[in-house]
Amino acid sequence: MSDQALLEVKELKQYFPIKGGVFGRTVNHVKAVDDVSFTVNEGETVSIVGESGCGKSTTGRAILRLDNPYSGNIYFQGEDLVSLSKSQMRKKRKDLQIIFQDPYASLNPRQTVSQILEEAMEIQKVIPKKDRRKKITELLETVGIGAHQIDRYPHEFSGGQRQRIGIARALSVDPKLIVCDEAVSALDVSIQAQVLNLLKDLQRKFKLTYLFISHDLGVVRHISDRIIVMYLGKIVEVADKKSLFNQPRHPYTQALLSAIPSTNITERRERIILTGDVPSPIDPPAGCRFHTRCPLAFDRCAKEEPKLMSVSGSGYQQVACHLTEESKA
Amino acid sequence: MDHQPQLETMAVNPARVGNSKAIRMKSFYKKLAKNKAAMVGAFIVIVFSLLAIFAPLLAPYDPTEMQLSKKLETPSSEHWLGTDDKGRDILSRLLYGSRISLTVGILSTLLGALTGIILGVVAGYYGRWVDSLIMRICDVLLAFPGILLALAIVSVLGASTTNVIIAVAFYAIPTFARIVRGSTLTVKKLEYIDAIKAMGARDTRIIIKHILPNVLSPIIVQSTLYIASAIITASALSFLGMGTKPPTPEWGTMLAQGRSYVAQAPHITLFPGLVILLVVVGFNLFGDGLRDALDPKTKK
Repeated sequence: MSDQALLEVKELKQYFPIKGGVFGRTVNHVKAVDDVSFTVNEGETVSIVGESGCGKSTTGRAILRLDNPYSGNIYFQGEDLVSLSKSQMRKKRKDLQIIFQDPYASLNPRQTVSQILEEAMEIQKVIPKKDRRKKITELLETVGIGAHQIDRYPHEFSGGQRQRIGIARALSVDPKLIVCDEAVSALDVSIQAQVLNLLKDLQRKFKLTYLFISHDLGVVRHISDRIIVMYLGKIVEVADKKSLFNQPRHPYTQALLSAIPSTNITERRERIILTGDVPSPIDPPAGCRFHTRCPLAFDRCAKEEPKLMSVSGSGYQQVACHLTEESKA
Repeated sequence: MDHQPQLETMAVNPARVGNSKAIRMKSFYKKLAKNKAAMVGAFIVIVFSLLAIFAPLLAPYDPTEMQLSKKLETPSSEHWLGTDDKGRDILSRLLYGSRISLTVGILSTLLGALTGIILGVVAGYYGRWVDSLIMRICDVLLAFPGILLALAIVSVLGASTTNVIIAVAFYAIPTFARIVRGSTLTVKKLEYIDAIKAMGARDTRIIIKHILPNVLSPIIVQSTLYIASAIITASALSFLGMGTKPPTPEWGTMLAQGRSYVAQAPHITLFPGLVILLVVVGFNLFGDGLRDALDPKTKK
């Protein structure tokens, strides 16, 4: 793992307009991602975790410019993706790929597996036409699909197999970064493990960097080097795996971790039960976004927004919480 | 990767490269051939097309020749389907009429569907003001009753078979545009469209290779249905004197002209009516079968 930043996201904001009134004016915004900055180093697996609607998938889509970001910069190998024109971005897409959540929706039902992969190679012109067929069989074999299945349609495969085809498609253009958007969430547990192990193997083999988006902490623990915890469009904590799981600093992270079911019945952990619902991203609370539900909130939390700050510890850890800041002071 | 699978793939592949397309086409024909209803439909459509093409050879009489002494005759060995109120042979008129009716039905549907598909897919895919503009125009067109719109167009352009085709096609545009726009909206939100976008595909590729094939089924069914109604609309225009001029045989005109003699000589209206029904059913059955055969998800 090198320390060179492959991807650097700076002050990314993704606001979706809400249209209203007679003339369809923009009356307000859904602030899905609000001022998020982080880096992903080459060869690393960084996970983004958080509950539904916290903006983790939106972040992934914004990085790939599947939805153009509202503001902010995304540097990929030092080049700002946001400033690229549409055609420049098309070329750049060779290096950034995505694996989707739903293997039933992410493959065109009217294309055979070989057509799907061949089209990807054709668009990015990675492999000369005569060698494509051979490369396709190789790729499929790498992800565990036999050469005899090459001319089948997606509906003839199981969910896990389809996800492997999705992975093969992402790999077909030889990318550097793959965004895995809930890539294993739709699979059942035994298949999840297989696909996760496959992803790990591929990472070693092709020197890939993953941005892994998930809500499943068990999965995240298995695959990540570093973990970003998001809540309501903001990063609340960033830490390496060990620090995060051993010593979560942010009250939200603590609550999340306490919710992981344990198989050890002798170990009695105290579960932190959060009250209330996640506030609306249209009109998020002032100050710390978590203060409305935080069991440890105090006056300052409602007034001032906490900044992401490094915490001294054994590893790398940054927290956005007034509590840690004050205890440190 | 070890040597074994490599060798195997080398051995399997070259033979399959050229074949995979042929295999898919074969399975399409096989599926279509297994569908009995579709085969009946195809048979009807083919028979009528052949009849239309070879009408001059098959027709026993001149379709416009009047024999007033033999008017309103019932079917006999001389006149298989009888004669009309001016003593013209109905069988010959039907045979010649199939040329005009089928041409008008198919051409106007093709023209209207093509324009409608392009407009619909553009509106659905690009959204925003493009969508609003195209759809509002369609709303305006749909607000007119079909026959009135066609009448207006024909009276501006002048009464002729070509102008009837244009008029009928014009009315088909909003219907097709709406269907295609709706399906496009559904399809473009699916993840495989995002996937191909993330791959760096251009809009034209996404539309032609990924959206169009997946919105095709409703278009095919709608087209076959529309051919039928186009034949009827064209007939109605002819009846109103705004289409094919009377001596020229045309199914709709024949139907309309026989109207006054329904009580005395029902065969004058019966045969053109039956023929229209048969053609319409034929196109519908064939269209249904085509849709099933085109969908890779249906069982082989």
